[in-house]
Amino acid sequence: MAKELKLMKGNEAIARAMIASGTDGYFGYPITPQSEVMETLMAEKPWESTGMVVLQAESEMASINMVYGGAATGKKVATSSSSPGISLMQEGLTYLAGAEIPCLIVNVMRGGPGLGTIQPSQSDYFQSVKGGGHGDYQLYTLAPASVQEMYDFVFDAWDIAFKYRNPVLILSDGAIGQCMEKLYTRDYIPRWTEEERRANAPWGTWGKPANRNHNIITSLELDSARQEVFNHKLQAKYREMEKNEVRYEALNCEDADYIFVAYGSSSRIAMKAMQMAREKGIKVGLFRLITLFPFPTKQLQEVAKNVKGILCVEMSAGQMIEDVKLATNCSIKTEHFGRFGGIIPTPTEVLEALETKIIK
Amino acid sequence: MTEEIIIAGFGGQGVLSMGKILAYSGVMQDKEVSWMPSYGPEMRGGTANVSVIISDDRISSPIINQFDTAIILNQQSLDKFEHSVKPGGLLIYDPNGITHEPTRKDINIYKIAATAKAQELGISKVFNMVVLGGFLKLKPIVDKQYIHEGLEHSLPQRHWNLIPQNEEAIEIGKGLIEAVQVL
Repeated sequence: MAKELKLMKGNEAIARAMIASGTDGYFGYPITPQSEVMETLMAEKPWESTGMVVLQAESEMASINMVYGGAATGKKVATSSSSPGISLMQEGLTYLAGAEIPCLIVNVMRGGPGLGTIQPSQSDYFQSVKGGGHGDYQLYTLAPASVQEMYDFVFDAWDIAFKYRNPVLILSDGAIGQCMEKLYTRDYIPRWTEEERRANAPWGTWGKPANRNHNIITSLELDSARQEVFNHKLQAKYREMEKNEVRYEALNCEDADYIFVAYGSSSRIAMKAMQMAREKGIKVGLFRLITLFPFPTKQLQEVAKNVKGILCVEMSAGQMIEDVKLATNCSIKTEHFGRFGGIIPTPTEVLEALETKIIK
Repeated sequence: MTEEIIIAGFGGQGVLSMGKILAYSGVMQDKEVSWMPSYGPEMRGGTANVSVIISDDRISSPIINQFDTAIILNQQSLDKFEHSVKPGGLLIYDPNGITHEPTRKDINIYKIAATAKAQELGISKVFNMVVLGGFLKLKPIVDKQYIHEGLEHSLPQRHWNLIPQNEEAIEIGKGLIEAVQVL
């Protein structure tokens, strides 16, 4: 399948990227606003083309544990859901992180708490980067802001997941999931052969050859001293991610008096507000987080050195702002603006918030 | 060139597909595009709307609250979006079912009796293309050939035999649209 230019929804892009990136299996349970992920997979029938398995599980708990089982063999296995479904998966996620199993989880966020609404929200930031499950673990977290990034980040996710033996989370929201934009698809990457899988996942439980001991996949360690050693190893891995895998985009920040910090669909709204501000003669820049963990701390510090104020834009009551304040050591006036519960802020509202909360 | 459009009406009027055909035509003409629907329980039998942006440059927000053009197909949508048209912008509406006409004097208002015309000609299925034709008459932002390609990409192959009918409907719409003077 060659490169093509198409118009599609973010959710559809996720599904097509899974097939095109050589994903071996997808286990999921439907929930708005991401149902098109499995719908597209079922319509495309990749089991007939690439051999990828697609299964509707009986619940989100079943899905995430099927991911655990499949991915423990070194296969590329993914799931997707939306906020309430991702909450149900948290036990599985900490087990996956604790057992160092590479896999891909996609959260197309909707309004909470509880069952909440089906409209877009970004109120799962804490859950995503501060550990929704227990224990000291991190998910490498990518925040796509366009349909093209929904697609591309699936490919990137597999690289990171296997490089670090770590689950990767794509944290999107209903706006990017439901929005259609143009998309350049990529050449298909074939699924790994048995030999490639064994070479790329030598730790996997794919059968014990005579010349080595059993590979054991577990997150249980009864000896606390050994558990501490293992935790140090995990932390060292996270520090490596912080050193090597930070991603962000800085727009118009060079001469900016004020900056918006945002990710995902909020960053698109903030970009429009930035353009409106520039037309009024207010020098505004946009610092867009692409990785939420690792957080682009140093890069934000650098950009924020000369600004008079930061407005954090997030469809939440104010979660990301905590990491922004930590990055800048609270040295700059920083405020949050957000709508939540499924309401999307308008560019006009964001600009007004900048003027009233930061510039005054 | 950047054109920010809202298309709004009842679910079932072809609001979303009109937006998709317009957006896909933009893609074919190498424009940047976005198509952002309202989604949720209100769509099931109620009102539906979609924001479409077609631009020569990278599109910032697909979510917008001020529009260059509003294409309005029912009273609820007229009430909701008349005041979201930018000053100097364009409002197109189908008078079918409209009891309170638009009142703004700082925008250009056109009406297109597409529902009545489509019923008269027995082409209700392509009613939305009549409306699209009216819009394209006033703002020819995508060329005819790309509309054809947009239709090919938006419709499943088994419906490609209907493309000529869709294109005829667009031409009918171009002749149907008329300016409205707000007194």
